[in-house]
Amino acid sequence: MRRRLFKNLVTAPCTEPVSKPTAALEAAGAQLRGAIARSLGRSLAIREVDAGSCNGCELEIHALSNALYDVERFGIRFVASPRHADLLLVTGPVTLNMREALERTYAATPAPKWVVAVGDCGAGCGMFTDSYACVGAVSKVIPVDLVIRGCPPTPTDLLQGLLVLLSGGAAAAGVNAKHS
Amino acid sequence: MFKALFGNLTPTAAHRGWPRVVADADIWQRIGEALREDKLDLLGLWGDGAAVHCALYEPSTRQIVSATIDVHDGKVPSLAVFHAPASRLERTIRDLFGIEFVALPDPRPWLDHGRWPDSVPLADQPRPHAPLPPYRFLDAEGPSLHQIPVGPVHAGIIEPGHFRFTASGETVVRLEERLGYTHKGIEKLLCGKSIDEAGRIAARVSGDSTVAYSFVFALAVEAALEFHPPPRAVWMRAVMAELERIANHLGDIGAICNDAAFSMMHAECGILREEVLRACTVAFGHRLMMDRIVPGGVAVDLEPAGQHAILSVTQKLRRQFPELIELYENTASLQDRTVGTGVVTAALAARFAASGYVGRASSRSFDARICLPYPPYDAAPIEIVVRPEGDVDARVWVRIREIQLSAGWLEAALASLPLGPVHLPVITAPAAPVEGSALVEGFRGDILAYVRIGPGRRIERCHLRDPSWFLWPLLEAAIEGNIVADFPLCNKSFNCSYSGHDL
Repeated sequence: MRRRLFKNLVTAPCTEPVSKPTAALEAAGAQLRGAIARSLGRSLAIREVDAGSCNGCELEIHALSNALYDVERFGIRFVASPRHADLLLVTGPVTLNMREALERTYAATPAPKWVVAVGDCGAGCGMFTDSYACVGAVSKVIPVDLVIRGCPPTPTDLLQGLLVLLSGGAAAAGVNAKHS
Repeated sequence: MFKALFGNLTPTAAHRGWPRVVADADIWQRIGEALREDKLDLLGLWGDGAAVHCALYEPSTRQIVSATIDVHDGKVPSLAVFHAPASRLERTIRDLFGIEFVALPDPRPWLDHGRWPDSVPLADQPRPHAPLPPYRFLDAEGPSLHQIPVGPVHAGIIEPGHFRFTASGETVVRLEERLGYTHKGIEKLLCGKSIDEAGRIAARVSGDSTVAYSFVFALAVEAALEFHPPPRAVWMRAVMAELERIANHLGDIGAICNDAAFSMMHAECGILREEVLRACTVAFGHRLMMDRIVPGGVAVDLEPAGQHAILSVTQKLRRQFPELIELYENTASLQDRTVGTGVVTAALAARFAASGYVGRASSRSFDARICLPYPPYDAAPIEIVVRPEGDVDARVWVRIREIQLSAGWLEAALASLPLGPVHLPVITAPAAPVEGSALVEGFRGDILAYVRIGPGRRIERCHLRDPSWFLWPLLEAAIEGNIVADFPLCNKSFNCSYSGHDL
């Protein structure tokens, strides 16, 4: 372990800069950008909620915490309780069996709070939307501030979406410059 | 055993993949007895209109047979009275189809939480839902016991499920799971779909096993239609399946260590997993290779750049993985957490026909690639990895060895990939319904697919059985006697699918 630690100390980090978000994503986050920065500065605590996804979105959300995407360098971290959270990251077509749990989790999150719906299922256009067992889009159950589509969205898509929300284009570019 | 049970019966001609026979109540009873005496393994049990099918495996002969019993008066005999692993499956058939099982030991609903607009959604006549009583968890008696309810929203970034612990101090006296939170009504959605549409749904039953699900669905459809995909596609399917296996095993090993607070392994394995997914993007255009295996073959060809990307990653694994293995086995505090924790006995693993790394880490020598080989594994066998200890550590070691074997298999396969087309159109239009069954070894165990295709090549019935059906119950046994704080470690060492199970 010591050898490994030493090697990691003298090797350059593998963390990568984030490319600029698309114009559509910038626009979607524009209204919210100031709000989050004003309330929270540059830290964001996220509680993830799987409201019936296939687990594909969860795999890519997990990847955000790996050394290459390193979401924590932006002040974003995942928390265990909605009571510690600023933002809910919700996946899945909201199954009827998860509806109440999602509503209760939202209610347990103290204000100010935001909700990001993740994936085509969360956006309401996945293939389970019309099932007897599903509500559909997350926005049918709780208010949603941003939608990040994909099946599943890549970690880059997710990171760009979260950054647009958090600190906006200029601040993100400043952080990126330090690491490139 | 099969000869004794089914010797007089003629298999249904319309069913391909392996034989399917129609049984009566008397034979069903003898199937139950054979299961109780551990002479046969139950690989699946599902409803189909006014019938119930089961899939049975005989380890001594390595044969698989499906048996069907017709519903009479809304009832069929129960296999759960003989064989505990059938219990949740029968409760589910009852929830979805309304078929009653005579003397069903556990009468509680399973996937039905009372939230659907109609009950028995797959029955010919679904009924408006009457309210269900609150779910009654099993009792535990003893001094100073307390209950800890966990979930459905639980832990970190993970699928939803409920875990009701009964604990005495730190020690778990009983764990009872309640699942079904991610039930999306998949079996009903599949009915009436075209083969292509159904394939896209099958790819999203369990995102981490999208390749294996697409693989088994394609094989079942192709069996039903007596179609043979081109050789290059046959090999490419396995290339994708092994990449999926490696990526998941890397993620799991890291996450298991992380649940024992050893985040360094998690960080290092996370980098390797990311390298694999990026190679998959170069080679197949999608990090998880979703929708890349389709009935008829595969959806994209493997170009030299893609082949190079895959080989780069297997070579990187050769260079970098041994050091991580050494880190795992030489960190005493980590070994202290994983060795001897969460033991699944060989007897239980055998009774539940536990597949994948859970079964093989508890002495069960079954791997569908080896025991019921499907192309290309029949031409290029892979070694089976079995360990006797049955603890978290053994489940980690099975994964470590499988990563090494899969990487070697990939290098050999890519060196001799056949040339030619990767897809042929599936145009057979059968006059009468045809059925197909298949079994594929996904990264967490064997996935069973049964499909019946009707006029216009539309799906009449498709059942996809996730390996987790037979692994979830074993988690309850594994955690008993361990401390509550070791639950995340045990749970992650199993890594059962919630979505694959809940359908």
